Amino acid sequence: MTGSSQTPAQQASLALSISGVTKRFGNLVANDAISLDLAEGEILALLGENGAGKTTLMSILFGHYLADEGEIFVANGEGHLAPLPPGSPKAALNAGIGMVHQHFTLADNLSVLDNITLGTESLLKFWRSDRAASARLKELQENSGLHVDLDARVGRLSVGERQRVEILKALYRGARILILDEPTAVLTPQESDALFATLKRLTATGLSVIFISHKLNEVLAVSDRLAVLRAGRKVAEIDAKAADRALLAETMVGSAVQPNVRRAHIPGEAVIVARNVRAPDPRGRQTLENADFTIRAGEILGIAGVSGNGQSALAALICGLVAPQEGEIVIAGEPVRRFSPRALMQAGVGRIPEDRHHDGIVGTMRLWENLALEDIRDPAAQTGGFLRQGALRIRAKEAMSAFDVRGGGPETEARLLSGGNMQKIILARVLDGEPRVILANQPTRGLDVGAVSFVHRRLLDARARGAAILLMSEDLDELLALSDRVGVMYRGTLSAIHPAEDMTVRRLGLLMAGHDDLGDAA
Amino acid sequence: MSDLFDIITAAAFWSAAIRIATPLIFGTLGELICERAGVLNLGIEGIFTAGAMSGWMTVYLGGDLWTGVLVAALVGAGFGLLHAVLTVPLGLSQHVTGLGITLLATSASYFTYRIAFPNVSSPPRIEPFQPISIPGLSDLPFIGPALFQQTPLTYFAVFLVIVVAYILARTPLGLAIRASGENPAAVDSQGLSVYGLRIGAVMAGSAIMAVGGSFLTLSAFNAFFFEMIAGRGWICIALVVFASWKPGKALLGALLFGAFDALQVRLQQSMGGAIPYQLFLMLPYVLSILALVIMSRRAAYPNALMIPFIKGQRS
Repeated sequence: MTGSSQTPAQQASLALSISGVTKRFGNLVANDAISLDLAEGEILALLGENGAGKTTLMSILFGHYLADEGEIFVANGEGHLAPLPPGSPKAALNAGIGMVHQHFTLADNLSVLDNITLGTESLLKFWRSDRAASARLKELQENSGLHVDLDARVGRLSVGERQRVEILKALYRGARILILDEPTAVLTPQESDALFATLKRLTATGLSVIFISHKLNEVLAVSDRLAVLRAGRKVAEIDAKAADRALLAETMVGSAVQPNVRRAHIPGEAVIVARNVRAPDPRGRQTLENADFTIRAGEILGIAGVSGNGQSALAALICGLVAPQEGEIVIAGEPVRRFSPRALMQAGVGRIPEDRHHDGIVGTMRLWENLALEDIRDPAAQTGGFLRQGALRIRAKEAMSAFDVRGGGPETEARLLSGGNMQKIILARVLDGEPRVILANQPTRGLDVGAVSFVHRRLLDARARGAAILLMSEDLDELLALSDRVGVMYRGTLSAIHPAEDMTVRRLGLLMAGHDDLGDAA
Repeated sequence: MSDLFDIITAAAFWSAAIRIATPLIFGTLGELICERAGVLNLGIEGIFTAGAMSGWMTVYLGGDLWTGVLVAALVGAGFGLLHAVLTVPLGLSQHVTGLGITLLATSASYFTYRIAFPNVSSPPRIEPFQPISIPGLSDLPFIGPALFQQTPLTYFAVFLVIVVAYILARTPLGLAIRASGENPAAVDSQGLSVYGLRIGAVMAGSAIMAVGGSFLTLSAFNAFFFEMIAGRGWICIALVVFASWKPGKALLGALLFGAFDALQVRLQQSMGGAIPYQLFLMLPYVLSILALVIMSRRAAYPNALMIPFIKGQRS
């Protein structure tokens, strides 16, 4: 145990002890001799940037990966520590470890009850004891406050409800140690609060929790103790009460983080105007209803909302993937008549798509090709139908150094880049043409603090030069920090738009949950 | 049109429909088990052939009829194991592997048959299963001769539908199989073996398909000849979709196809002079396509069908 003299883990009885765990993926050391203790009834937050090794460590604990070195001990029924057989989720489950993955491991077409009882009964039994199972689950729900309809199909549940199913699944199997991998990434602030209340309630009954996150606010709000990982090593272990926010952020990143400040300035004239627009969702989910907004030059309009409330329809509309059924879009004074990605691009729209792997880059193509994708018809990129490869490679090299893309050269396949560098490639492609309108859809999702800061700076630079930016983000802090004005999407409708200064995370959360804006909710 | 009415109200018509449907019931049920676990098995056409050939050969060489069925099931399970090993732990393309299994199993069956009988002018015969009348029930008017004077494998097929439906819906094993086809990561994180479940399901399904093949040589006919499967396997693939992956509906779909096929044979006889017989041959297929179009619109695929699961893969 390093870096602390007084940890609750030493006073209370231990639930879990990780000792010297090392895991390598090829040349990458994902976990470097990590030792960590967890006390009974304690909430331990595991902090760190993407790639710091948090998820790897937990995957080893749960038996998804085999550690190269090190051992794990778990308290058995009598409270004695016993070694955990490595590499077996079954052994971990039997030892009382339950894991809620970041990407839920639920079968959508099965009922809640099916998902929970899966694997809990012998496969050789000729019947299922569903009645006994639901009785036990009802009792568990009463005690934990994790309410969800047991007969509902999981596919019909909200994200918050699915998470409850995952936790119930672990509790039903008698978990005494619960691992939550970035549990709040998909929740509204209110849902997060409910989750924290549940966790407090559960730890009071002796459950121990490891909580993985890179959001400092919530970690400080809920945990008893913090362990910080950086580049595979444990760099700090601190009592939550004694934690200093700024210092923690610095410990996590390894260097001081410069905050990006949005400087007040007076926006120019309206660049993009939507008037009473109604548009379908290309994936057939929530349609966009009656959207009305204006973004002026040098202004960022932030859109909040729980995923699936019409944001994808709005994004598809601005990209030209769908045409409005009613209303109109005006860009720089010209109503848009043809809706196709190319027409919108020509009107001056640059797009940072929500899913960069799926819609942003072509993984098996080289970086210079990816950078040229959007303007292959330009004379600069081709003559007579032949790519000007030499010129494009030079341009790619320049763009990559301007946007600080690391991890490869113009000839590298795009799929080999990390998420942050991939996003930089997309930024380079989008911002290179100095678009009048920028659609930034979840521009920092899954990026670490350094890359997030880079993306923010570039967006603010674009704002300063006079771009009109539509920012959609599930990170409400980001939304409030970058946007001049914010609105909330709920069931396809865009709320009234307020200056960001008048908004708080709490009030946004209420609007996202469909509560009427009371104005004084802040 | 009174002709048509006479045809479909005859007990003999329904008896024939059920007989024609029997191999399809086995095939559809077998395919359904594979797909419920998340593995498409396009080896079905070849496994039918291998079952038909190996079951018949066993009986021809002096084995008992039921031993023939058992041998067919084992041969089917063997080809199922090959398909499963290639597609489950190795994660190869299920389409390509399945077609390969069909080519391999078909050719191996023909080859074996040719080696055993290099020069025969007419196919050697065996003594096949005889119809069994169920005492009491077979004397019922109309229903008796239609339903209860079939060969043992037909009764077995219907029994198997009930067993498989029960296992899938009501047992922990069935839940685990269904979950493997919906989200293997969920199965893995609950401490069950996705590989074990999928390989087991593909072997069991393939064994049932092969029994369907053996019905053709041990019950419907008394000999093995080339091309005798005639696309029945592919029909089963479509019937699984028609059935929305449910055993009860699979039985219904197979019976429907059997009825269309029985109908076209009778229409050929009654109206064959006026209309080319090929049109009647088309009939069951055309009607199946129509039924498929209507039924499959609402069908919910197993979410992880054809998606290999690689354990411990870094995501």
